[in-house]
Amino acid sequence: MSEAIELNLPCSRHDLASCVAGDSVLLSGSVYTMRDAGHARCLAYLEEHGELPFDLAGQVLFYAGPTPPAAGRPLGAVGPTTASRMDFATPQLLRAGIVATIGKGTRSAEVVRACQETGSVYFAAVGGIAALLAERVVHSELVAWEDLGTEALRRLEVRDLPVFVEIDTAGHDLYRSIEGSCA
Amino acid sequence: MRLDQAVSPERVARAVYTGIREAACTLRADVLEAIRASWLDAKKHESASRASEVLHAMVENALIGDRDQVPICQDTGTVWVCLELGEERRVSGDVFSRVDFAVARAYEDGKLRMSVVRDALFDRTNTNTNAPAFCEVRMVPGKGARVHVMLKGGGSDNASRVVMLSPDAGPAGVKRAVVECVREKAANACPPLIVGVGVGATFDKVAGLAKHALLRPVGSRAASDEAAAFEQSVLEEVNATGIGPAALGGAPTALAVHVETAPCHIAALPVAINMGCCAMRSATIDLVTEEGYALEFPAAQTWEGDDMNMHRVADQDAQAAEEAARRKERA
Repeated sequence: MSEAIELNLPCSRHDLASCVAGDSVLLSGSVYTMRDAGHARCLAYLEEHGELPFDLAGQVLFYAGPTPPAAGRPLGAVGPTTASRMDFATPQLLRAGIVATIGKGTRSAEVVRACQETGSVYFAAVGGIAALLAERVVHSELVAWEDLGTEALRRLEVRDLPVFVEIDTAGHDLYRSIEGSCA
Repeated sequence: MRLDQAVSPERVARAVYTGIREAACTLRADVLEAIRASWLDAKKHESASRASEVLHAMVENALIGDRDQVPICQDTGTVWVCLELGEERRVSGDVFSRVDFAVARAYEDGKLRMSVVRDALFDRTNTNTNAPAFCEVRMVPGKGARVHVMLKGGGSDNASRVVMLSPDAGPAGVKRAVVECVREKAANACPPLIVGVGVGATFDKVAGLAKHALLRPVGSRAASDEAAAFEQSVLEEVNATGIGPAALGGAPTALAVHVETAPCHIAALPVAINMGCCAMRSATIDLVTEEGYALEFPAAQTWEGDDMNMHRVADQDAQAAEEAARRKERA
């Protein structure tokens, strides 16, 4: 396999255009954690104000609810949750300026279309390696929604977070190609 | 040590505490071994480099979790507890409220994630203790007493299902149901999986069979040759899907398929599929020795002053109840 692509965040959609479904990528820079309850709030804000809250335009969302700090690290464990639960909000958030999302599992056809239409990427992180991924988090800070506990909006500074391109800006979906090749 | 027919709630609670702390950070040895073997296998194949990379990360992850005592998965789950009592054993007192106390302590002390809401439908606010645990008591033959603890992640439980087949569907129908479930859901369940399959009993009990199937060590033989052959044939078909580790393609999609069967109604063929993820977390802890002597567990350092903690939990409950009442008033 080819070497992993290194990508610094935040990045432009132009930078993402070179990512191809199946590529191995190491992300460094800022990502924002958001899950189910956060998506409902974010979408409500977007619908009311016509823009994303907390200057999220241009940023990357990581579908993750971490454990508290441990072992001298900002988070004890952090990893992707099932992305399809966010499908209800993702096309709108991509159109409003989110440039990439990180999660695990399959996405709806609407999300694939929205990635292609907006030039966004969906990265798959590996589920079940949260202690390893937490070693790649150098900083974590609360941005908002503290009342949501683990589901709060946090900005993480990551270094070499390993992910794979699952859906690229051309609308190629790695999972569907795997499914197709073994059917 | 003393010979004692009664198992105290305190002993059960301490064992549950120990089990949670261990399972959250240390991958089951049988699961780690199976992942390591899969990794060594994938390394041999040039075409399986993505699978090899993922499996290697899973082995590394297990080492980091154990070394640093940090959770191997951020979803530290809901707690499922099964208390197994030999027929000569009894348990006195309100054992499961003591277990809930142990859950709250273990999640706080272990810096684990609080992932339980008060009510599935009407109040989705976090209990902030990860209690309650979901508990059952089982009477079994013999003198023993033990407790099974499982921390079940949301992703893999969401990928599970119960189907009521027609008896004529037979083994082929059961196999089809499992493979269909894998095709539709495995990508969200953090493969390579341990697929727990329950067949038989009733609508409510069959899910329990599937869950218990996850406790069996990977690599152990099924109860009969017939069951072993069936498990092997389902596993082969599951792995033929090519979904692979982290659903990024390749092999394996599952490390094992474990099937538990039971009697059932002449008209029924209940099937349950409970997905276990690559960070499958469970622990089985004996409460008595083989000779029947009580095994003692140390109380956690934070165990002292537990009244205070229980009050804290009770206060949170009271606050939540007040808040709910206020919301109702406003509505």
